[in-house]
Amino acid sequence: MSDLNFIEMSAVEIAAGVRSGEFSAVEVVTAHLDQIDKHEGDVRSFVTQMGERALDGAKAVDERRSRGEELGALAGVPVALKDNMAYRGVETTCSSKILKGWIPPYTATVIERLEAAGAIAIGKTNLDEFAMGSSTENSAFFSTRNPIDLNRVPGGSSGGSAASVAARFAPIAIGSDTGGSIRQPASLCGVVGVKPTYGLVSRYGLIAFASSLDQIGPFARSVDDASLVLDVISGHDGRDSTSLAERSYSHQPIDNDVKGLRVGVITEMLDGLSSDVENALNLAIDALRALGAQVEEVSVPAAKFGLTAYYLIAPAEASSNLARFDGVRYGVRVEGKDMNETYELTRGQGFGPEVKRRIMLGTYALSAGYYDALYGKAQKVRTLIANDFDNAYDRFDVLISATSPTVAFEFNAKSDPLSMYMSDVCTIPSNLAGHPAMSVPFAGGEGGLPIGIQVLAPSFGEGVMFKVASALEAAANYKAIPEWDNKGK
Amino acid sequence: MSLEDKYLITVGLEVHTELRTKTKLFCGCANEFGAEPNTNICPVCLGLPGSLPVVNRRAVEYAMRIGTALNCEIKHSVFHRKNYFYPDMPKDYQVTQYDEPTCVNGYVELPITGKIVNIVRAHIEEDTGKSTHIGTSGRITGADYSLVDYNRSGIPLVEIVSAPDMVSGEEAREYVSELRSILVATGATDGKMEEGSLRVDANVSVRPVGTEVLGTRCEIKNLNSLRSLVRAITYEARRQMEIVEEGGKVIQETRHWNEDLGKTSSLRSKEEAYDYRYFPEPDLSPLDPTAEEVEAIKAGLGTLPPKRRAILVELLDGTPTKSEIEQIQTAINFGLDELVLAGIDRKIPAKLSLARCANEVAGLISNLGDSYILPNEKILEVLAKESAGELTPTQSKVVLSRVVADGDVEVTALISELGFVAASSGEMDQLVEEIIAESPSEWERFVSGEDQLAGFFVGKAMKKSGGKANGKLVSKSLNDRRSQLQG
Amino acid sequence: MSNDDISIETTRHIAYLARLALDEGEVNQYAGQLSAILKHADDIASLDLDGVAPMRHTLNVVNIMRDDEVRPSLDREEVLASAPDAQASMFLVPKIVGEE
Repeated sequence: MSDLNFIEMSAVEIAAGVRSGEFSAVEVVTAHLDQIDKHEGDVRSFVTQMGERALDGAKAVDERRSRGEELGALAGVPVALKDNMAYRGVETTCSSKILKGWIPPYTATVIERLEAAGAIAIGKTNLDEFAMGSSTENSAFFSTRNPIDLNRVPGGSSGGSAASVAARFAPIAIGSDTGGSIRQPASLCGVVGVKPTYGLVSRYGLIAFASSLDQIGPFARSVDDASLVLDVISGHDGRDSTSLAERSYSHQPIDNDVKGLRVGVITEMLDGLSSDVENALNLAIDALRALGAQVEEVSVPAAKFGLTAYYLIAPAEASSNLARFDGVRYGVRVEGKDMNETYELTRGQGFGPEVKRRIMLGTYALSAGYYDALYGKAQKVRTLIANDFDNAYDRFDVLISATSPTVAFEFNAKSDPLSMYMSDVCTIPSNLAGHPAMSVPFAGGEGGLPIGIQVLAPSFGEGVMFKVASALEAAANYKAIPEWDNKGK
Repeated sequence: MSLEDKYLITVGLEVHTELRTKTKLFCGCANEFGAEPNTNICPVCLGLPGSLPVVNRRAVEYAMRIGTALNCEIKHSVFHRKNYFYPDMPKDYQVTQYDEPTCVNGYVELPITGKIVNIVRAHIEEDTGKSTHIGTSGRITGADYSLVDYNRSGIPLVEIVSAPDMVSGEEAREYVSELRSILVATGATDGKMEEGSLRVDANVSVRPVGTEVLGTRCEIKNLNSLRSLVRAITYEARRQMEIVEEGGKVIQETRHWNEDLGKTSSLRSKEEAYDYRYFPEPDLSPLDPTAEEVEAIKAGLGTLPPKRRAILVELLDGTPTKSEIEQIQTAINFGLDELVLAGIDRKIPAKLSLARCANEVAGLISNLGDSYILPNEKILEVLAKESAGELTPTQSKVVLSRVVADGDVEVTALISELGFVAASSGEMDQLVEEIIAESPSEWERFVSGEDQLAGFFVGKAMKKSGGKANGKLVSKSLNDRRSQLQG
Repeated sequence: MSNDDISIETTRHIAYLARLALDEGEVNQYAGQLSAILKHADDIASLDLDGVAPMRHTLNVVNIMRDDEVRPSLDREEVLASAPDAQASMFLVPKIVGEE
């Protein structure tokens, strides 16, 4: 065993080392599995660990190398997968009781692409049940803890994925983002999280929450790694009608010179920030100015209606997407006296309170007599938001804001659903418009907890988005350190 | 005055037709009838979590063909989700075109009455799986449990919704029969009611003669044949008339046709408000056919049944009888009208070949597979011989059945093998002389002008020859002899 | 327009449409919470959006289709292994009351 510190390596470094033969995929995976053994008991980021399978996968990569075969861009790189993506032969639960025990007979496109590039899946990560939540407390199984401060939530819904990267269980992870479910936990755990342009990454195999908003994206500990992963997972998929033909992201060494770039600070996202987050945002603005960017405030007026529109559209689509969990073909069934009662008992007992709340809300928003006033109107607001963003992008290359109004909060701090919903106020508008946005760790706030800055770009503006994020990353020189490594420092 | 005279019946039909694509509407599973249960299933048509639909291009093309053949406008369309729970619907919503279907505002002209039945819309949707109810009755009421097979789930359907323009079961039958022949002619569907690839729901209401406002309608399901359709509508209309006549109110509901009992019965155990919560399907893009595509569909359709019927009607001198119109329909449904047209070139009368095609050939080929190729040349050879009097109608039918069953058979050889060789003129003369000698008084009367006695002599000749004599030739010989006597 | 409180009766009806068995406590709780959440929808209820088209799709694309080519189906036994109940290679469900 070499004395290299694999768990602190980037995906780019690991893949280069495995490809060149400097070290083996087995060594890399073993080091990460050891780290999981040490700290997973505290963090609890995984619903299902895939240790043995991962070692087999790593051996296969090493054998391919020994046979002289070409290895992919993520050769030997461990990846943690949010447990709402189908993986053939591995239990896939959405952190819900209703899917407990379901073994999918097929694999999500994104996972196929990661594995084809040589990545090694090491586990399925915890989430708020069906990706509904902002703290991962809505998991039907257990809560995941924030590795930076184990008394706090990792954010959500992709809390397990964010935590696994922050805890050095894997250099990269995959999440899904419907209203901020990648960016907000990335911010709270001090890692990079990207929600790509809608249609850039195939959703085939992603268990849908809200189909018109969901998008899969990467977590990483560097902007460069996130860019590399997006390259691997993006691109057209004939199995997803919303996956765009002739569009994919291609990773290149990121030139982070922002001189002359026009950066807008979204006025509507300045309200309600905690003072440490506000300070961090101001520091980010100063940093960008110092690097020669032109930074100005810009209004995206309709963004203030984003939260309302989102909490009509997402539950409406979810109420329909989650109808199929009915105890007929897969998952759990609670038998009643007839089919109807079986539906009601299965779903009544199989879904947790937040999922039921959103199904109720969405069913109401679509029901006769309310459709026009609720769902119909929300879809019009969405048009307004997209138009207002377009106007802003006429004058600015990218927009920025805080990712989350606060740093990571304590468990049970937000028992009122509305206060939890407010966590996503800065992230939701990008989903409604279909635009890309990402969170980059920028500074430590209250109690040393991480604060992320959100960079937003127009559709297919990932290139300029990564450029600005990379500039912020370099300027910040900030790294979130797990609680266990921080002791005594 | 009977009840039927006091009330008017209004019928509108919803016809579901399965499209003859190779694969399902949203996935690559095979679209086939009669496969082993749950063998044509995949994540998409099974509604597995994470699966997504992608529209089958050919299904859309077929839907546009159907719409064009039904004189519809072909429009921009949007798929919607229709949300309701049912075990044979794997996603617990059905993907269907809702307020923006591909085809709108068409019509069908009924062949016998010439009446126009308007088509409101023809939209694309996915079929459901199939439930088998297990229990003593075999029906849903009284079943202990059900078994679900998802092979049918996701098979592409076009639902054709007519305006409430029909006034009787018979008219509904005529509409479905014409619709079916148009649908089959487009190549989009096989129109097999017995395999469920054509399914009809009927909306029936009654109102007193002299009133305008339509009565409350009931929807009848499970109409698996044209015969059921007529019987069910007639029964249901009568049931509603009796309710209204007794001062009652018809309840709007869905009713099930029981073919064995000859009755409709209410399907719902409790009245519940349906709220399908339609919304645009976010997993699919809208369809927006270009003008060029629509033109290409039109050009590719070929000659459709209404035009083909007009050609045959013309051949029958424009005044076909009702039974001849039915023969025309049958001939067109089986694609035999071209055979009739080919017969004209060989001087075979249209009436003869039409009757043979509709009454004999159609019945024979309905049992043969899709890949069967009809021996057109040999059929025409047989019909030519019949028309020339070389075969009697009875003989002709026998020979036709053999030729259709085995297209390789040689017609002349077959005829001699069957012993259907016409008697020689010498034999014929001898036969006619013998029968005249046996019945001198009847001959007297025939010569003096009692034409109807010709049948008597033909019958005698048939009997004497053991069926070999050609009736036509016998009459001709009798007439010739009479003319000579008179001349 | 303003969104009025959602009644217990409406809450029960919605729960039925969504096939969710809720106990009394849940019905009361959801009635209150849905009312509170929908109060927030008042901010868009007052917007004049007559001339605005609803966004149905963040992508402005049409005619995304595939060719009519058969792809392999799933292995039946693998699928049925996940079924809560099965018989004769079919999914077994409790008796269905209502529409056929």
